[in-house]
Amino acid sequence: MTRTIKVSATFLLTIALVAVAGPWLSPHDYVATNFDRLLAAPGLGDMHLFGTDDLGRDLFVRTMLGVRVTLIVAIVASLVSLVIGVAYGAVAGFVGGRVDAVMMRFVDTLYALPFIFFVILLMVAFERNFLLIFVAIGAINWLDMARIVRGQTLSLREREFVEAAKLAGVGTPRIILRHIAPNLIGIVVVYVTLTIPQAILVESFLSFLGLGVQEPQTSLGALVNSGLGQMEGASWMLLIPAALLAAILMAFNFLGDGLRDLFDARQGP
Amino acid sequence: MSLLDVTGLTIRYGNTTVVDGIDLFVDRGESVGLVGESGSGKSQSALAILGLLPRQARVGGRIEFDGRSLLDAGEEALDTIRARRIGMVFQDPMQALNPYLRIGRQLRQVLLAHGLAGAGDADARVLAMLERVGLPDPERQFRAWPHELSGGMRQRVMIASALIAQPDLLIADEPTTALDVTVQAQILDMLEAIRDDTALLLITHDLGIVAGHCEHMIVLDEGRLVDQGPTTSLFSSPGSPHTRRLISAAPRVDRGDPPPPVTSATRLSVGDAVVEYGRLRAVAGASFAVREGETVAVVGESGSGKSSLVRAVLGLVPLASGRVVYAGETLEGPVQRRPQARRRDLQLVFQDPMSALNPQMRVQAIVAEPLLVNEPTMAAAARRERVAGILERVGLDESLLRRFPHELSGGQAQRVAIARALILDPKVLICDEAVAALDGSIRKQVLDLLREVQRDTGLSIVFISHDLAVVRSLSHRVLVMYMGRVVEVADCATLFDQARHPYTRALIDSVPVPDPVVAPKPAPLRGEVSSLLHPPPGCVFHPRCPKAEAICSNRAPTLRDVGGTRVACHLVN
Repeated sequence: MTRTIKVSATFLLTIALVAVAGPWLSPHDYVATNFDRLLAAPGLGDMHLFGTDDLGRDLFVRTMLGVRVTLIVAIVASLVSLVIGVAYGAVAGFVGGRVDAVMMRFVDTLYALPFIFFVILLMVAFERNFLLIFVAIGAINWLDMARIVRGQTLSLREREFVEAAKLAGVGTPRIILRHIAPNLIGIVVVYVTLTIPQAILVESFLSFLGLGVQEPQTSLGALVNSGLGQMEGASWMLLIPAALLAAILMAFNFLGDGLRDLFDARQGP
Repeated sequence: MSLLDVTGLTIRYGNTTVVDGIDLFVDRGESVGLVGESGSGKSQSALAILGLLPRQARVGGRIEFDGRSLLDAGEEALDTIRARRIGMVFQDPMQALNPYLRIGRQLRQVLLAHGLAGAGDADARVLAMLERVGLPDPERQFRAWPHELSGGMRQRVMIASALIAQPDLLIADEPTTALDVTVQAQILDMLEAIRDDTALLLITHDLGIVAGHCEHMIVLDEGRLVDQGPTTSLFSSPGSPHTRRLISAAPRVDRGDPPPPVTSATRLSVGDAVVEYGRLRAVAGASFAVREGETVAVVGESGSGKSSLVRAVLGLVPLASGRVVYAGETLEGPVQRRPQARRRDLQLVFQDPMSALNPQMRVQAIVAEPLLVNEPTMAAAARRERVAGILERVGLDESLLRRFPHELSGGQAQRVAIARALILDPKVLICDEAVAALDGSIRKQVLDLLREVQRDTGLSIVFISHDLAVVRSLSHRVLVMYMGRVVEVADCATLFDQARHPYTRALIDSVPVPDPVVAPKPAPLRGEVSSLLHPPPGCVFHPRCPKAEAICSNRAPTLRDVGGTRVACHLVN
């Protein structure tokens, strides 16, 4: 375990913990408005730790809510891309030949479509559905995952330790389980930790455009968007969610880098 | 005063000392061999002289070149010295050549950057140099890209670029290790012929090269200097036990008693095997047989099809035509479709143990896996015992069981690979360059191990190697291949004493003999292996054959019996 992994993982766990427990411990509710304290500055007065927004809602609770939504979207979307991408890529890589060619041309075709427009169209057409965000983001990310897993599987299939296993009489299921999969896990784990920030960014982008989660629900992207309007009078409305978003993104990136180094070391010099 | 004078050179990385106080001198015009096994610090010392060590290395001691301290010289002064006075050649020329520059441009740059020639005469000097290093058709190579050249030609270009400034010293780090023996012999000859009065510091693990080409030798072991002196006297009376061990462990192609022929029953036979990769015919009809308890060596240069042949036998690549018969049964199809009971009898040991061991599995799991799948009913305790037993057999400590492959040394990893191959008690063990990557002393241990297992269990071994000296010490019979064809088959002793095919003769004569008393033979072959995509008509060897006649380019010879040898050559009677 390197220090990068420890530090970034601890940070992310802490954030997640606070996001779960924080709103519960706070005396405020995420929809309750307090018209006596519109745009209050952060501080301990009335326990508005991060201040309030232009409707007098407590920003600490709303920010933590936003972190929850952001983390959930990121993780679920990454899992969607993981499941589809690994299964698709591994099948293409193993089977090879014509099946591989057809499957990968299909991926190439999807690549050529401007996905973000499709997502926006979907959002407009089907109301703003929480579930749709997962599907939309996962659908973008699985393409990369499929390509990476397929490439890795292709090269692993030709590796000498796989040949040695075949010669020793090891059957195909066991080769996949014991020889291919463990050598895929490294790159897949790394890639997942690197797609999470990507998913977070897409979600924030959609919410920023007003196409993401619906009021009174919120996400970091939506908070940044509403903070932008109050930038001059109440800069904390912008700065706090933006800083959190940046910190979470960086932590995931560092975690991915750290994990990659860890798995590279195992691969030997 | 020496040209290069190194005293008390020490190189440390953190707390690890890789070179510990070595002294070495190179006089003008002299050739000095720097010898040692991997990790002895020989390459590190050379890099230190050139000022090319990574930043984190801490260098102590004194390095003087022509009376000037190199350790204190600034980067700019070093640049000038490196360009004009010290040339260098590395093992892998592809790493040292810029793939985006044509050959001529790269060499021109060397001259122009240091004002060694004007723009007008630079091209002429480059062309002359390319001609001197023996590049065929220098005008064409001048305009060629590095990737268009073969490994041997690239190394010639590297040597041309190192010598074009007429330096006082040439440092060559394993310059021929990546090349075939016949090409190695050409390059060493050429180097000898054109270096004039340039001094040579030759770094190598091959005592044969030192014996034939260096006046002085220096032996390093684990960063310490253990021996130095004139090559002839060090070989006849080594000063340290380490040097004595190195010399006695170096196999010789010119002497030694090969094991006597074996007359037991045939265990594995291959008939008219053809292996094709698309249009490329890697094996064009090869036949051979292995008897019980016999070692058959398959030798040839890279591209001879020796690896493809055995991979087809094992079912790892498809056989385009031909048949494989093992214990009276025909083996067909890819390895996964072959019956389990037959599969386990044929095992393979690869050249590079690091890529042959799954990096995510521990030694215990790697060695136990074949048992687990072939004898699933075996109790865990019994299995552990078998694994411990086989590890002991290959000379590995039980403490390695919990290690991952990247935590093993090269020799340990290769023994783990051998243990995995032997745990099923196979009848035929195929070794594909299995000792090529190992140091001399470890190689000897592994070869001894193979002989011992063969004596105890009657194992048949197919030993693929480009190293004829090793082959001589180990095998009963030898199969010589060239461009996918078998050109000669004979008992080991017969083959080495009276090789009939000109190619076999040339291969044997190309191997450097680790004995300064034996004068090195001039490189017997010119040129390199022809393209497999466009094999020459008639006998595929005729373009390189020193004895070729008209018939050779018209008709392909077939294998026939000539006095106890099977040979494919028109000119042998």
